[in-house]
Amino acid sequence: MIPALFTHVPVTTVKEASDALKHYGDDAKLIAGGHSLLPLMKLRLATPAVLIDIARISDLRGIREDKDKLVVGALTTHEQIENSPLISKYAPLIGAAAKLVGDPQVRNRGTIGGSVAHGDAASDLSVALFAANASFVATGPKGVRKISAVDFFLGFWTTALNQDDVLTEIHIPFAPTPNWSYQKFTIRSQDWAVVSVAVSESNIILGAMGEIPLRAGKCEEAIASGADLEQAANFADEGTSPSSDIRASADYRRHLAKVLVFDALTEAKQRS
Amino acid sequence: MSLVGAKVLRKEDPSLLTGRGKFVDDFSPPNTAFAQFVMSDQAHANIISIDVSETLKMPGVLGVWTAADFISFPNLPGGMTDFERPVLAHDRVRWAGEPVAIVVAENRYQAADAVPTVLVEYETLDAVTTVEQATSPSAPMLFETRKSNVLTKVPMLDDLEKHFTKSHDRASLRIVNQRCAVVPIETVGCLADWTIDGLTIWATTQAPHHLRNKLASWLDTPQNLCRVIAPDVGGGFGAKIVWYPEFFVAPLLSKWLRRPVKFMQTRSEAMVQMTHGRDQVHEIEVGFEKNGKINALRMVISQNLGAYGDPTGLGLATLTGWMAAGCYKIPHVSTGFRTVVTNTTPVAAYRGAGRPEATFSIERIIDLVALKTNLDPVKVRQINFIQPNEFPYETHNEAVVYDSGDFPQALDECLRLLDYDAVKAQQAKNLADKNAPLIGVGFSCWLEIAGFGPNGSLEGFGHLASWESAQIRIAPDGSATIFIGSSPHGQGHETFVAQIASDELGIPFERISVIHGDTATVLQGIGTMGSRGVPTVGSAVKVASERLMVRAKKIAAHLLEAAEQDIEVKDNAFNVRGTPGKKVSWSDVGLTSFQPLRLPPELQAGTLEERLFHESPNFSYPSGAYACVVEVNRKTGKVKIQKMVVVDDCGTVINPLLAEGQVHGGVAQGIAQALYEQVCYDPFSGQPITANLIDYLIPSAPDLPNYIAGRITTLCPNNPLGAKGIGESGAVGSPPAVVNAVVNALSSFGVEHIDMPVTPEKVWHAMNGRK
Amino acid sequence: MTVVRIKINGVPQQHDVEDRTLLIHYIRENARLTGAHIGCDTSNCGACTVLLNGKAVKSCTVLAVQAQDEEVTTVEGLSGDFNGLSPVQEGFRQQHGLQCGYCTPGMVMASTALLRENPSPNEDDIRHALEGNICRCTGYEMIVNSVRWAAENGGGK
Repeated sequence: MIPALFTHVPVTTVKEASDALKHYGDDAKLIAGGHSLLPLMKLRLATPAVLIDIARISDLRGIREDKDKLVVGALTTHEQIENSPLISKYAPLIGAAAKLVGDPQVRNRGTIGGSVAHGDAASDLSVALFAANASFVATGPKGVRKISAVDFFLGFWTTALNQDDVLTEIHIPFAPTPNWSYQKFTIRSQDWAVVSVAVSESNIILGAMGEIPLRAGKCEEAIASGADLEQAANFADEGTSPSSDIRASADYRRHLAKVLVFDALTEAKQRS
Repeated sequence: MSLVGAKVLRKEDPSLLTGRGKFVDDFSPPNTAFAQFVMSDQAHANIISIDVSETLKMPGVLGVWTAADFISFPNLPGGMTDFERPVLAHDRVRWAGEPVAIVVAENRYQAADAVPTVLVEYETLDAVTTVEQATSPSAPMLFETRKSNVLTKVPMLDDLEKHFTKSHDRASLRIVNQRCAVVPIETVGCLADWTIDGLTIWATTQAPHHLRNKLASWLDTPQNLCRVIAPDVGGGFGAKIVWYPEFFVAPLLSKWLRRPVKFMQTRSEAMVQMTHGRDQVHEIEVGFEKNGKINALRMVISQNLGAYGDPTGLGLATLTGWMAAGCYKIPHVSTGFRTVVTNTTPVAAYRGAGRPEATFSIERIIDLVALKTNLDPVKVRQINFIQPNEFPYETHNEAVVYDSGDFPQALDECLRLLDYDAVKAQQAKNLADKNAPLIGVGFSCWLEIAGFGPNGSLEGFGHLASWESAQIRIAPDGSATIFIGSSPHGQGHETFVAQIASDELGIPFERISVIHGDTATVLQGIGTMGSRGVPTVGSAVKVASERLMVRAKKIAAHLLEAAEQDIEVKDNAFNVRGTPGKKVSWSDVGLTSFQPLRLPPELQAGTLEERLFHESPNFSYPSGAYACVVEVNRKTGKVKIQKMVVVDDCGTVINPLLAEGQVHGGVAQGIAQALYEQVCYDPFSGQPITANLIDYLIPSAPDLPNYIAGRITTLCPNNPLGAKGIGESGAVGSPPAVVNAVVNALSSFGVEHIDMPVTPEKVWHAMNGRK
Repeated sequence: MTVVRIKINGVPQQHDVEDRTLLIHYIRENARLTGAHIGCDTSNCGACTVLLNGKAVKSCTVLAVQAQDEEVTTVEGLSGDFNGLSPVQEGFRQQHGLQCGYCTPGMVMASTALLRENPSPNEDDIRHALEGNICRCTGYEMIVNSVRWAAENGGGK
């Protein structure tokens, strides 16, 4: 219930954040909304000695249009995304995923940047952003770089962000057509996904079917070669490594992946 | 207008709604120190050593205590000889979470830092978590002085076999009633302040006097110097009757440290240290006729007690056996049980305490008989019902005589509210449409034993007695204060007691206060459990009020110079029947009651005080008929409740709002047990796997349905209110309705039974012909 | 340690606390407002729900220092025309939306936040708005009725 002792270092610019990361090194973690980090700290599964608080970096808030994409500040909360007219118009998949994160209180604090940086394969936004071909902009000691979703998720709670990176923006290309869907299976309403699926155009991405959000490659190929939705969905669990836990066995997750892919493809098709 | 039967809004609410409630953790007298247990992280192990050298150096630490510090004190009360639970684990820990040491620090943050620095060296032993494991030939013994993990056993000695063979058919079923965690939203905690004037302890308890009695003797201090206060308590459901170790050690720590000491469990601590519920396995055999009539029923119960036999835990299987035949007239019933210790959290009462287990099994058996005879489950129930003219009904156990009920009427009302034909039509329609969910409908016709209880009943669970107390005191201005031995934790006692008293006394509801929970001000009490509130303390208040009114009317008659028998009370005043205008207010009477010069000669000052220890001649037997309609997703197996009909017979209803609220809450817990909840242990290490609210699935609002509530009324003949109690009914009656509905939905797959919780995956397996 | 200033229910608070101090503990133990409660340690139960700059948050999952110079509203900060109770509080009283009362302050705050954003929620809206708040006593239906009553009698004031 009580985190271990740490020092709180609030910063107001990205540069200050980077400098602080450099100064404190491995002792430090960034905190924004804190809804990935604080629960771990309260159970003492994470014990950073320093928390660099980036929540007041005003540059990192807000959603704006930029030609053919939306630029979403990393500190934008799930609630802001859920209710954003720009998201609704240009990236409705992302809005649909944001709406299903946790519960209203969590959505009021949790940020898009915090959620993807945590690197959880069940993260609704991570799965949806991957499907939407989003890219992630990070500022590090060597400057600014842009990482595509394909290269962003590396392993269990591991992303391409380095210890000294600050995730600043998420770029989401405008959705070309209404061909999208987000499906999430839970046992209880407030739970993390047991399995989730995001479909956007030809992308089919699975959540909670391995250590990172996974592309359902065989499904995508099947669709491309003209298979019907049910046939395509049957390939959903190829190349996945779902875990067994008290909520679901690996076998059941494999089954759910097929069901959800079918439902997602069906919904996306109906929407187009 | 009579308040009894009216939807009176609660006295308790304004304070709770404005954040002015006072729960244990809200009290923080100056200088309060914070205590936290060091818990065993092993399920079964010998303690080799405990090293607190680092701990004593941690900031704010005031001390660390182990079992050695309590060696001159007895074990926790109520346990069975040789199986008693020590206050702190001695040389052996018997479940992961058992307290091993206590750290006290200046505040809870420092305590949290200090606890992990206590280094306990263990010699790991094999752990057992199920009855099956604990009774296998190679099982480790939890208590080496005994050569068995079986604590109590009532063997099966019956001659039912001949009745089974004579029957048209027989069937058997093994049913698991899974372990549940009680999870009141407030955990367990206490604040003890032992000063030179004596001990005061605020505790999250359902039974303050019960705790005071045991605590005083354990501490070897007289009861008059031992004050227990149950302030606002955030839910209990049976788990807060238990004598937890913190209640016993906190006073000592306070005495030794000379400052108030508080314990307050985190939820993770509560998940392993608060007692669990259920965890029974039943082997059932039934013999029945072609028309569904059941001839013989045998039920063998295995109760997992957890690591120590808790006083209420030990009695659960008995209650289950008592209620094994449910609402049905079964000529030959035989029950037996064994209670077994395992390396898991101790098990105690949890809403229903043994009766949900019995009801679940008999209601599943009824449906199995319906399946085997190809009859409508409604018909099988109807043909087996005890009829309304057969009460009092003596059951297979002489302790259990059902007093009143009308099971056919309850079921009829349930069917009416359900619109059974429409449901069956929808079911057929959906079955034919592969894009539609499967529909299932399930019933539960149940009764349960409540209103604990007749003399001797609660004594069997370690209580002082089985009565309940009420004391009414009229103030000089004619307002009333009622002290009740019952100790509520959400049930609304302050409201329903004032309603009953107001009707009898003619004093307005707002001028009646109800006080409970404090052993210094309330007469001896037993506590709130076993759905006994209205039947016991409600009756106590009614009778006490009636007795007090005799003297109040004497005073009024004296003041009005009228005949006693002509006095009636209405609207806070006493009138003379037939002589309007001649009246005297309750204020006048109250004042007079303290004035010898104005009292009638036969009464003395202070006469308007009445106390009563109400004894019940029998238990009461609430009953009901519930029905559940489910939709089962054909692809995922997820179950959604489309309709939940709950018809209750609780006899007289004092306050329909409160009664319905109790049903809703009980049904919610029942549905949660049926579909979501399960305490799990690693079968090899004995480690708890569901020890927080992420993994232990308590549903929130979107996960539960609305409830269609109905009522029938047969009066309880055993108390002056005619009330049966209702607190546990919902939890008793609802799980089988839900599971019967799911099994019904899956009947086309040949499914005969699914154990709770009916998770989507289990349903998926069932639909694919797997277990 | 940091001196943390938070305006709670319009009253400026200032306390020197460890950086790790959770907002729920700042509220309960430093500001001594014990209405908000603690029911879990994994951010599931919502008994600690308060409004932070008008938004419902779980104060057990916010550091006090994260609320530096911000405004918090707790249940003690609600008031209205119903003998001092706000419409939501009165709705819970009218519709028996509480039994033991322990989850209630969190439910009331979450409901108040809902009605401020959505003055006419349907049943589904209400249940989903409260999905982060666990009650063990009521079974939720009477809580939903309470919120509906409040919506019809003044809303999230």
